[in-house]
Amino acid sequence: MTELIFIIPCSGIGKAFGTISREATYQVVEDLRKGETDTLCLSLLVIGDEDSNHLVQSHRCIAIDGCPLECAKKNLQLAGAKLTTNFRVVDLLKEHQNLKPKNITFLDQEGRELAKLLADQIAAKIDELNRGEIDS
Amino acid sequence: MNSPPKIGVVSCSGEGCVEGTLSRVATRLVLERLRPDNTVTICLPLFLTGEKGERMFAKYFPTIAVDGCEKKCAEKAIEKYSGKTAHSIVVINLLNEWYVEKPGSRRNLDEKGMKVASRIADEVVAVIDDLFKSGKWRRHANI
Ligand code: SF4
Ligand code: SF4
Repeated sequence: MTELIFIIPCSGIGKAFGTISREATYQVVEDLRKGETDTLCLSLLVIGDEDSNHLVQSHRCIAIDGCPLECAKKNLQLAGAKLTTNFRVVDLLKEHQNLKPKNITFLDQEGRELAKLLADQIAAKIDELNRGEIDS
Repeated sequence: MNSPPKIGVVSCSGEGCVEGTLSRVATRLVLERLRPDNTVTICLPLFLTGEKGERMFAKYFPTIAVDGCEKKCAEKAIEKYSGKTAHSIVVINLLNEWYVEKPGSRRNLDEKGMKVASRIADEVVAVIDDLFKSGKWRRHANI
């Protein structure tokens, strides 16, 4: 059995970026790579929760951030996590400038499309990690 | 013209559990629909990794923490890095008080889940209105 990988989205609340990072995470954890991946509340790392710190230190993690402030990546680094790679919604938006998500609380069609694209990229990265193609 | 007074509403945003989703959606309802002119928010992890300005948040705005569960991540992060909260709401305690079951999915709230989120949002609004009416707003805003 492959070792569980933690996918940690940022806690973005003010723009659609954070919602996309969260939805992509759920697509991976609950659908695309169910059983191989899990997630946890990023805020637990912000408050230094010991059990959560231990989980991210003992499992490979992928950070999914909404914007260049990279809260998930930075908080994982501060927690001493085994951070293997990170994604940023803002980079995906640059590659797909035709998609302009507007809704924040629940994604509109364009936001959902971006979340799906991101989820596929995360799933592909998980497969590379599990095949040992990139250092973990 | 002076801008209207603002209160900070900060959700734990808990991605890992449904109580976090309720806290986030209720907070968004307050910001977007119920009190858009009198509320501001901030992404919680910025209290730890953001610039100094973000740490001033609870000093500038009287701040309500909206937490999913007893771990109280929002309240703890605000008070550790920024300042005393003006009020704290814990979603799971409200659900227990109302004898309401947790919604089944953390990913999407169904109609029942949205009703619960609206009820939580109403609680937040009641706290906001009380802070304004009672004048506690000024004390917490350091003015
Ligand atoms: S990375 Fe950006 S969107 Fe995500 S929590 Fe941080 S500031 Fe908010
Ligand atoms: S308060 Fe509870 S639901 Fe919210 S982030 Fe912390 S652990 Fe998650």
